[in-house]
Amino acid sequence: MQNTTNTSAGTDTGRLGTTDNVRRTIEAIWHIEAAKVIGRAARLVRQVGLAEEFAQDALLSALETWPRDGIPDNPGAWLMRATERRALDHLRHSRLTANKADEIGAAIDFQHEVASDTHAEIIDARLDDTIGDDLLRLIFTACHPILSPDARSALTLRVMGGLTTDEIARAYLRPEPTIAQRIVRAKRTLAAAKVSFEVPRGEELGRRLASVLEVIYLMFNEGYTATAGNDWMRPALCEEALRLGRVVAGLMPDESEVWGLVALMELQASRFAARISPQGEPVLLLDQNRKRWDHLLVRRGLDALSRAESLPRREGYLGPYALQASIAACHSRAASVEQTDWVQIVALYDALDTVVPSPVVRLNRAVAVSMAYGPAPALAAVDALMREPALQSYHLLPSVRGELLFRLQRADEAREEFERAAALAANTREKALLLARAARCNAV
Amino acid sequence: MRFLIIVKATPETEAQTSPAPDPAIMSEMLDYHEELAQAGALLDCSGLQPTSASWRVRYEGTQRRVIDGPFAETKELIAGYTLIQARSREEAIAWTRRFPNPCGEGNPAEIEVRPLYALEDFPPSPSVERFKALAGNV
Repeated sequence: MQNTTNTSAGTDTGRLGTTDNVRRTIEAIWHIEAAKVIGRAARLVRQVGLAEEFAQDALLSALETWPRDGIPDNPGAWLMRATERRALDHLRHSRLTANKADEIGAAIDFQHEVASDTHAEIIDARLDDTIGDDLLRLIFTACHPILSPDARSALTLRVMGGLTTDEIARAYLRPEPTIAQRIVRAKRTLAAAKVSFEVPRGEELGRRLASVLEVIYLMFNEGYTATAGNDWMRPALCEEALRLGRVVAGLMPDESEVWGLVALMELQASRFAARISPQGEPVLLLDQNRKRWDHLLVRRGLDALSRAESLPRREGYLGPYALQASIAACHSRAASVEQTDWVQIVALYDALDTVVPSPVVRLNRAVAVSMAYGPAPALAAVDALMREPALQSYHLLPSVRGELLFRLQRADEAREEFERAAALAANTREKALLLARAARCNAV
Repeated sequence: MRFLIIVKATPETEAQTSPAPDPAIMSEMLDYHEELAQAGALLDCSGLQPTSASWRVRYEGTQRRVIDGPFAETKELIAGYTLIQARSREEAIAWTRRFPNPCGEGNPAEIEVRPLYALEDFPPSPSVERFKALAGNV
């Protein structure tokens, strides 16, 4: 092993280093290439589960041979060919043993392709044209509604992000065998239902796209709730979701709601650092130090939102993600809480409640009403929600009501509401904060 | 993690009069950046005008002096940048290995890659908090 001490000329980090370094380099290359390789193989064998196994097998052989022979100049192409070879072997084999017409069709197509393309470069050029389409088919299949939401996200991280089951397990705070099982079952379900490896069309596309966006946003939220001391894989989930959102936006640049989701995630991610105090306490949006918001992400979020707004919409109006992003953007554009356009935010919540009616949206709207028009009309709006079955054990309802009562100088009632909120809160830290808030009512 | 890929200036980029240099290099750069974007890894990128269009502000005591370009020390100058998001240092290295030679294949050239500080890199302290609040997390 050569000494890797830095000289003025530097060292070639990719070539030298320990076996461990080589392994990490291979894993990094895999993160970049996995989706393309699996997508290509799935196009050949028309099954995501099998494709993923062939790609894993190719990765294993890279892990065996590259540390010895060195990393190839074009590692992506190497992995692609190794995976294709396995897929082709499988197709040959199934032609001999089975009579699955569709697989034979694919095998013959592929034989023709190989026979007619003598130069690898021609294959590469052809690949470039279909990669985007392969990636789209891949994410639509991994997010298929036939799978449970948990299975969709695990399979998506696996095939679109090249994550290991261990990484996925750490991200979701689950034991590794649970995640491994989940992925195996998901692949089996897709194969058993003969889910075609295709991008849905027409009306089906809208419904299926909603599932893809939902998977990505749930993934983002899972990471967003991570707190200090959690495994670093949890916040990494946010970045992965944001990355997937950007990938889908690049693949479907004419879909308003895809840009809406990207805008929402970019804007929420811009507050990642500001949402936790140096002591590890959560900081509410209105109390955040706006100078700590990530301006690059704010700009990217606002750009994505204007794209969402400029595109034709599926239902004629902005979708729920674009509307939530519009609300987030009102905060991002304001230098302070006072300078926020609360009247506009109330209007956006009204629109959101029309598109996806929800008592939680109406509760948020009530908070905006209090900022725009004062506590009295907001209290009336909250009181209208008191009988909502969905909010009966939701601690934020009494918490918001307590805040409004306090501002209306009805301290005794406010204290009762905060105590009720504390009793409902599941999180101990939040419970403590609410009890402290109740105690402050007495001091007035 | 964010990484800034810095493309160094050359006598050619410094002499440039239009933003589009060699069409072959341009097309390779576009392919590469499209690949970055398709992988969701591209955050920002731009070419920079030559230093003949630029200026420096020099601090001398309490005075500030504006000095117009061009500047001579080509090797110290930058001609463009690409800001990427990667999951690890290794992933960033894998991406930057594929960066097209900015001077055209076969010509000597160099790009430099600098990891950006993230907020987590600073140990918490009141002065760091204040600095971060001032600087923002750009």
